[in-house]
Amino acid sequence: MDENWRGNLPQIAARKTGKSRYSFVPLFMNELNIQNLRVEIADREIVRGLSLTVPCGEVHAIMGPNGSGKSTLAKVLAGHPDYHVTGGAVTMDGENVLELEPDERARHGLFLAFQYPSEVPGVTIANFLRAAVQARMPEGEELEATDYYAKLYEKMELLGMDRSFTSRSVNEGFSGGEKKRTEILQLAMLEPKYAVLDETDSGLDIDALKTVAHGVNSLRGPNLGILLITHYQRLLNYIVPDHVHVMVAGRIVRSGRKELALELEERGYDWTREEAGEMAVR
Amino acid sequence: MKTETSAVDINRNIGDFSYDVTHAYDAGTGLSEKTIHYISDVKQDPDWVREFRLKALKTFLEKPMPTHWASKDLEAIDFDKIRYYLSGGTQAKRTWEEVPEDVKRTFERLGIPEQERKFLAGVEAQFDSEAVYSNIKKAVGEQGVIFVGSAEGLKEHPEIFRKWFGKVIPTGDNKFSALNSAVFSGGSFIYVPPGVKVKHPLQAYFRINAENFGQFERTLIIVDEGAELTYMEGCTAPKFNTATLHSAVVELVAMKDAKIQYITVQNWSANVFNLVTKRGLAHENAEVKWIDCNIGSRLTMKYPGVIMKGRKARGEVLSIALANDGQHQDTGAKMVHAADETTSNIISKSISIGTGRATYRGLVHVPKHLKNCKNNTECDALLINSTSRTDTYPAITVRGTGNAVQHEASVSQVSAEQIFYMQQRGLSKAQAMSLSVNGFVNDLVRQFPMEYSVELKRLIELEMEGSVG
Repeated sequence: MDENWRGNLPQIAARKTGKSRYSFVPLFMNELNIQNLRVEIADREIVRGLSLTVPCGEVHAIMGPNGSGKSTLAKVLAGHPDYHVTGGAVTMDGENVLELEPDERARHGLFLAFQYPSEVPGVTIANFLRAAVQARMPEGEELEATDYYAKLYEKMELLGMDRSFTSRSVNEGFSGGEKKRTEILQLAMLEPKYAVLDETDSGLDIDALKTVAHGVNSLRGPNLGILLITHYQRLLNYIVPDHVHVMVAGRIVRSGRKELALELEERGYDWTREEAGEMAVR
Repeated sequence: MKTETSAVDINRNIGDFSYDVTHAYDAGTGLSEKTIHYISDVKQDPDWVREFRLKALKTFLEKPMPTHWASKDLEAIDFDKIRYYLSGGTQAKRTWEEVPEDVKRTFERLGIPEQERKFLAGVEAQFDSEAVYSNIKKAVGEQGVIFVGSAEGLKEHPEIFRKWFGKVIPTGDNKFSALNSAVFSGGSFIYVPPGVKVKHPLQAYFRINAENFGQFERTLIIVDEGAELTYMEGCTAPKFNTATLHSAVVELVAMKDAKIQYITVQNWSANVFNLVTKRGLAHENAEVKWIDCNIGSRLTMKYPGVIMKGRKARGEVLSIALANDGQHQDTGAKMVHAADETTSNIISKSISIGTGRATYRGLVHVPKHLKNCKNNTECDALLINSTSRTDTYPAITVRGTGNAVQHEASVSQVSAEQIFYMQQRGLSKAQAMSLSVNGFVNDLVRQFPMEYSVELKRLIELEMEGSVG
């Protein structure tokens, strides 16, 4: 096992004293850093030298046409076994993420809200999340049931979820909206340092979208970095990003402030493709 | 049993441990009339029991192995190398410190009570259950419930015992019921008088001793009119010194309006052939329910059955089987409808891990002349690895009109995506696997008594640990 998973000293000290981690001079930047990442699946290169930095406390959106490799990026960050990293580096607060197992990445503070969350038949949301929260506690320490449920109900209220929901099996027979809401509930409960939200808006009607966005916005703060992956600008009306990146053919071709999203909405992705083409020629 | 006298050639290093034991009574290896006389002499059997045993021996010798449908693995049993009767065992003194570390760890993780651990590990020859369960014993005794060993039952209560003994499961039912009938020792005899509802489940632990963990125990339970009983046997902990062949017979009789629930949770070591015959007889409006959980063993063949003899009788089998590497769980149920308006329900869940194999065999019989009989069968199999195997052999005969039968079967796999999803939430691969498996059996486990369901959950976690690379 990995007893040293909280191995970055400044944070341990910060927790013990109860002070903000910013009261220390960190040995590294608090950020999710992707450098020149290259990824293959079945010998096909999907991500082709992508670089991106998401500082803790910021919300970054990645937009891009279908097939640009956005979802692949999300899965690779989480450590999906089907994808093969052929080059580059990913660090989280200075720590090499790529050498960690998927569950270690999660416990170190990386969360992925899935585009298509799996069903876990027979396992209730309450039990599933309880196991997940317990997995983050030091060995030998037991999660206090009353504290856990108090927090769970609080977060469910935030997301407009009925309490009876906790006794349903994870994602089994859920509507698209219920699945996405459940993903955000897990995000709220697990308190990661970095969250990747993969097409969280897809399949949501406007009311559900608003509720989910409200949930995400309430989690925004100095201790969470968010990477929003989306095809449509719509979501960004509700979760306003600090930065917007355009991904085409496996790399970031343009980055800008939130206004870039509006420009994409107006002009579509074709012009970015042309730019990407030019880049390739150069 | 020592390695050199082992009936089958297996690797005893995995999950199994034993000590040398010397016995005051030992029938030696092999089976003949001499063996039967030896057993009857030692046990001071009444003549009718000696006759019963001798007849059964003849049947056993005549009957072929059920190899035309059963696993060929049965042929590995060498009946000449088995010791059919051992008792009065005294072990060389040993201490808790000598118990292998991994066994201690397993007890620890299963949450087995301290006192029971020592017995199960063979440190103490006798588990002092009298003290622990004396309150229950006193309570049921006052209600007129008889709860004794089968040897005591047949001597002290012949008027009830003899009437039903071997009636639900005749000697010649199968080769192994015949074997049990010839050499049985140990097991329980319970009689619940009319109208008595036994509140607390009675447990085999109640009068636990070495013989109780014997190879050929025989249990007979009679619950009289309108009475109710829950009986629990087994234990989820690994047991020391388990013999390689375990062949029990359990007969249940539920009189008019009576209810019996019989719960088994067993975790055999990987060298055991567990060949057990269990059947209940349900009279008018009576209910017999088997809850059966099989973990471990090399080969288990067990199909708890209910004969619904009276109108409106009900039979139910809920079973969970977990077949790990190299193991074969051949389990199922038999529902014989023999009166109008009888209903039966079978829910079977199996999990195959590694090269484990789970087989479901279900027999449902409704003859032509009956009316308004119903059966529901659901069997679900879960495969963990690509090398895991499952088979389903339903044998359903429903004749006549006005009878309804419903059969559903499913095979599912824990998908890589599901495991990845759970890992992404911070669960290790093994935790993810065991949570998935627990989810699969969850709706059944909920029907188990609390302490068993908790132990079972932990046990599944233990079993899953080795399944992921």
